[in-house]
Amino acid sequence: MNKRFFLGVAISLVFYGVIQALITGEVLNDSYVDTLVIMGVNIILAVSLNLINGFTGQFSIGHAGFMSIGAYVSAILTTNEGYSFPLALLCGCLAAAVAGLIIGLPTLRLKGDYLAIATLGFGEIIRIVWLNNDYVGGASGLNGIERVTDWTWTFFLVLITVVVIQNIVKSSHGRALIAIRENEIAAESMGVNVTRYKVIAFVVGAFFAGMAGAISAHYFYGIAPNSFNFMKSFEILVFVVLGGLGSTTGVIVGTILLTLLFTYLQDFPEVRMIIYSLILILTMIFRPKGLLGSVDVSKFFTKKGGASKDGGTTTTP
Amino acid sequence: MAAQQQLLKVENVSRVFGGLKAVSDVNLEIADGELVGLIGPNGAGKTTLFNLLTGVYEPSEGNIAFNGTRVNGLKPYQITKRGAARTFQNIRLFSDMTVLENVMVAYHMHATHGLFSSILRLPTHFKGEADMKVKALEFLKIFKLEGKADEVAKNLPYGEQRRLEIARALAAKPKLLLLDEPAAGMNPQETTDLMNLIRWIRDEFKITILLIEHDMGLVMGVCERIYVLDRGQMIASGTPEQIRANQKVIEAYLGQEV
Amino acid sequence: MTFDYIVQQLINGISIGSIYALIALGYTMVYGIIKLINFAHGDVFFVGAYTGYFAAKAGLGLILSLVLAMVVCGVLGVIIERLAYKPLRNAARIVILITAIGVSFLLENLGITFLGPQAQGFPEIVKKTDFTLFGGVVIDSIQIIVLVVTVILMAVLQYIVHRTKIGKAMRAVSYDMEAARLMGINVDSTISATFAIGSALAGAAGVVFAVMYPSVDPLMGIIPGLKAFIAAVLGGIGIIPGALVGGLLLGVVETGVQSIPGMSLWRDGVAFGILILILIFKPTGLFGKNVREKV
Repeated sequence: MNKRFFLGVAISLVFYGVIQALITGEVLNDSYVDTLVIMGVNIILAVSLNLINGFTGQFSIGHAGFMSIGAYVSAILTTNEGYSFPLALLCGCLAAAVAGLIIGLPTLRLKGDYLAIATLGFGEIIRIVWLNNDYVGGASGLNGIERVTDWTWTFFLVLITVVVIQNIVKSSHGRALIAIRENEIAAESMGVNVTRYKVIAFVVGAFFAGMAGAISAHYFYGIAPNSFNFMKSFEILVFVVLGGLGSTTGVIVGTILLTLLFTYLQDFPEVRMIIYSLILILTMIFRPKGLLGSVDVSKFFTKKGGASKDGGTTTTP
Repeated sequence: MAAQQQLLKVENVSRVFGGLKAVSDVNLEIADGELVGLIGPNGAGKTTLFNLLTGVYEPSEGNIAFNGTRVNGLKPYQITKRGAARTFQNIRLFSDMTVLENVMVAYHMHATHGLFSSILRLPTHFKGEADMKVKALEFLKIFKLEGKADEVAKNLPYGEQRRLEIARALAAKPKLLLLDEPAAGMNPQETTDLMNLIRWIRDEFKITILLIEHDMGLVMGVCERIYVLDRGQMIASGTPEQIRANQKVIEAYLGQEV
Repeated sequence: MTFDYIVQQLINGISIGSIYALIALGYTMVYGIIKLINFAHGDVFFVGAYTGYFAAKAGLGLILSLVLAMVVCGVLGVIIERLAYKPLRNAARIVILITAIGVSFLLENLGITFLGPQAQGFPEIVKKTDFTLFGGVVIDSIQIIVLVVTVILMAVLQYIVHRTKIGKAMRAVSYDMEAARLMGINVDSTISATFAIGSALAGAAGVVFAVMYPSVDPLMGIIPGLKAFIAAVLGGIGIIPGALVGGLLLGVVETGVQSIPGMSLWRDGVAFGILILILIFKPTGLFGKNVREKV
């Protein structure tokens, strides 16, 4: 386990180095860097939502709300209060995590679709709060945010997110979360404090959504409330489900493919969304368990004899 | 069995569902180390009583004391932490987890490593996880499931799923093990094996067992003492011989034409 | 705040609430039968509005436009169900939900591509006349039409659900799909019928909405769709009278909030706030039964 962990980190660092070299060597121009940053932000969002939806089986569709908190709080702190970016980033993440706690606690009584709609509602309320607050620019949002983040920032924050979430999932605490997804009543009767772990999933998920928001705000110079509406939450949910619920590898691959697809389709503005939605529908019909069918690639490293016959983890939240 | 400590004491417990008393004024006492049966016809309220004992439901009236302290209103996981683990009538495994992981979940509450230790992969994490795995594998060996440790739980045959559920409950290191119709759906040979296993568990782990069965014959062979529940009320209790001769019990069962 | 003012706001609230209710019925019926939050439903509403728009431009009157929109949307609902949802009948619910979101994006963007993103003015097929009820309380002809259409469609729906064979089949399938199948009910055609009826109601709602706020655009279904969905959840999703009450309640509360000076921008926030409060205190909605999982 220890060895595999360091192997994974080492491979990632090599990947980072290659890309960074390509950027420095101007093989990859600015628009590629834009795509890489967007991709990283999306991976953070999807992997963190997967902790809530995929692993814990709680149906949340308010992730854009948490993202907006990270974006706004960090942007206010750097732009208006003169904080350094790392400190503002941390505050943004913590503020989002606190929101996760506040939203997590009362909604934990709810299950399935009712939980989904309540989280959607909370996400929208957060957006409406920004919309009605002149201090943060109301409908036009905050502009003139200094660009701080780049490929390096994005890469290392993605790495931290993935490592933290994988470390949670691949531990006794992760098994407690998955047990809640599999059978809440049995989990509780086996001594798992279900409420506590659901809240943990929400808080950790929100923390990283906030991180994604902060990176994005400090890359694209500005933020506006309407970029954090429920359509954004749906978009994140699509990354997760298309990649494969409950599989970090699948979610990362799915997010990369979808982001690339989306970037590629930018050149065809008239049919972009039509193609995107058709791909969405067709993938769901023909690959209902996600693109990778929730085979966790990390299992290839642990088990001798290669692929596990694991039927995979489908959830019906 | 003289002068043993009362592990479980149920006093005048009732539970009402929408005006209907599913369990009415029930008293029950179990001493340390006993193997007690709870029988009764279908719909007598046995599972409801179990759910009251394990915190799934809260009693409408009465008192439940476990190990000398009152546990009414505690949540299931709190009661489990105090040392009562259970199985379910309709098996509730973590279907998509492996056999090993199922058992490891039960060790979770005894985990020595916290969330941050796992996130930062501190040495305590590795030690805690390794200990858990060793203990869980030992458990699987006892239940002859070690060969299936990496099998996904839902792929096990029915009898093994039952065994796994019992193994998982025992892994929580309970003082009191509550088994809800563990023989349901098993053939006579499997049932006999299971009854022997239950007796062996009690002797080996020195724990107390309360066992629900609706088939009277089964329980007679294995339990030292039997409670009989009918229409939410405790109509009899005693040794298997006493129960066999009890007129009320015969009527309750004849009324059901079993 | 005078009595007249309150009555006026009630009238305004009930007319927008009726439209929410009509859309909410489709959500609730589909949810009741296949447990799917049909996110494409709001876009069926927009198709209905556009059908009405083209019918009205072609010179058809209100009633014909309404009927045409209902037929088009009913057929559209069945097509969506057959193509996108039926292949996923046994898939995880979240998968069907994502498919529904995909269908919603598809309809919206087909609309933007072929109908243009700009809003179009809706032809005046009903002359707007104000009737003074008492004091300063005014009800206009369009509000009356909305109410009349809602009441008639509600009555028809009640009749279909409770007095016809297909209605009985719908109730049976929503209670227990497998048992219904074993009893010889054609589950697939019953589900199609549910989509047809629900979508037809959304189509009608689209037309009356477009008459009331005389304009149509391809994204017009998103917000009313979301509101109607809230209404369905408020009432207890899957329960037909719940959708009606939820829709009216939401319409009245929203109008009330909007009429308070300085609060108009908070209107949507209040809708969601109420939704969350109701869910927290009565997690299955106003009319929902608490289903306890059998342990």
